[in-house]
Amino acid sequence: MRKTEVTIAGVTFKNPIMEGSGTFGSGMEYSEFVDLNKIGAVVTKGVANVPWPGNPTPRVCEVYGGMLNAIGLQNPGIEVFCERDLPFLEKYDTKVIVNVCGKSVSDYVEVVERLSDEKRVDMLEINVSCPNVKEGAIAFGTDKGALENITKEIKAHTKKPVIMKLTPNVTDIAEMARVAESAGADALSLINTITGMKIDIERRRFALANKTGGMSGPAIKPIAVRMVYQASHAVKIPVIGMGGVATGEDAIEFMMAGATAVAVGMMNFVNPYSTIECVEGIERYMDNHKIEDITEIIGCV
Amino acid sequence: MKSKTVGKVISQKCLAPGIYDLEIETKIAAEAKAGQFVGVYTKDASTLLPRPISICGVSDDKKSLRLVYRVAGKGTGEFSGLKEGDDVTLLGVLGNGYDIEELKKIATSNGVLLLGGGIGVPPMLELAKELNAAGVKVISVMGYRDDKTFLLDEFKKYSDTYVASEDGSVGTKGNVLDAVKENGIAFDCICSCGPLPMLRAIKEFAGDKPAFISLEERMACGVGACLGCVVKTKEVDHHSHVNNARICTDGPVFAASEVEI
Repeated sequence: MRKTEVTIAGVTFKNPIMEGSGTFGSGMEYSEFVDLNKIGAVVTKGVANVPWPGNPTPRVCEVYGGMLNAIGLQNPGIEVFCERDLPFLEKYDTKVIVNVCGKSVSDYVEVVERLSDEKRVDMLEINVSCPNVKEGAIAFGTDKGALENITKEIKAHTKKPVIMKLTPNVTDIAEMARVAESAGADALSLINTITGMKIDIERRRFALANKTGGMSGPAIKPIAVRMVYQASHAVKIPVIGMGGVATGEDAIEFMMAGATAVAVGMMNFVNPYSTIECVEGIERYMDNHKIEDITEIIGCV
Repeated sequence: MKSKTVGKVISQKCLAPGIYDLEIETKIAAEAKAGQFVGVYTKDASTLLPRPISICGVSDDKKSLRLVYRVAGKGTGEFSGLKEGDDVTLLGVLGNGYDIEELKKIATSNGVLLLGGGIGVPPMLELAKELNAAGVKVISVMGYRDDKTFLLDEFKKYSDTYVASEDGSVGTKGNVLDAVKENGIAFDCICSCGPLPMLRAIKEFAGDKPAFISLEERMACGVGACLGCVVKTKEVDHHSHVNNARICTDGPVFAASEVEI
């Protein structure tokens, strides 16, 4: 009997597959394609203390083997999220990880406190790739001090397990992983998108209204696998790996690099059945390789 | 119900320079209607996202879809090479179509005016067909760059048809609104698809009369999850709560008065 369960910070997932925040809404849109009960967790789109309008369009463009996005974390704010999205998720037998964004530490703390008593929320994932408006709009996650401070503040204001989602736009990912761990993070997730740019040479214009955007998709997978390997070997807390995951084999690769769970991101847009296909791919791999417990392969390389 | 599914090419022909007419047998045709679109996938793994293409026609037996598209880049370039019997992967059907019942209620005296510009012409054809079948009077004004027109003979089956061309080589010289004015066309409401400047002019021109416009934007998921393809709305919309409707799922057809374009 094969065992696909994994446990992160005391929360047990029926399998290691979840979604990259922002690629799956709160699950509603994709519930038409996949049975959410069969996925390890639903990771929601980032939610802030108040509604965010996001960036001007064009917000997305395609690049070789992937895409760039500059959605600007459009979200309806925590109140609508609690009234609409959490009751929707109530119907499903899956774990719920709520991704949180903010422009200042107090924004994050407000959301985290609001969610602390919501039983449907199993874990929080903190997006530290947002610009810190009080500190010259430098992303929290690119500065050691800011990362340490925000991790400590959030941990002080919630009892829910906290995943710090690291940005790859740093010089030393292992160092950032250690900072988050020592500040109290219960788990890490990486990688967020890699900052990129595309120019429309016919129109002599940026392809995105925001000029830059976060790159995701299969083209970034080798970078993500490398960073997951480096981060997971630098810390003792579990790591959720992501970046270009399309198949069960990709998920296995991330787990061998050191990830305890794996998120499907941009590939949801390409193939709305990706999450389920990854779950089935992992099971097939386990059968073919006579693996009884998926946790056996975590960090095995 | 939306699905990602493999269809089979029945036929493909070139209608005008860069304009292709692709007929695909697919199960998703069963639910398709005017104003909706499908995502079409390339076989090239470097271009991953589905290409949103509007529906130009649904066969009478509801077993096939007709897509008339313009070659705009690598993906559509690949599609232009599809031949009878080839497999083609589709996502759909996507978006909300036109509300034929509502249009029927509005268009009680002069009828529905369809305005299509360039590659905005094809989706108007299925609408002309559906309105005609519902017993609604249809007037079509289609705008082209030059005399390389397409689909005009088919519009004539369902509607009084007028033409505009930018260079004046066919019909009225100018845009679709120039043709409406020149021919003194009366109407109860407008349905339109075309480039943004044209849609802005139509919104202005419609005044108090209802106008429904079909919008396009760069899309990723096509199903309302990524929030890539938004349009500013006048009222706080039900989904985003920040006056941003999703073109793929809340549209692509909007009342012109509701969107800020």
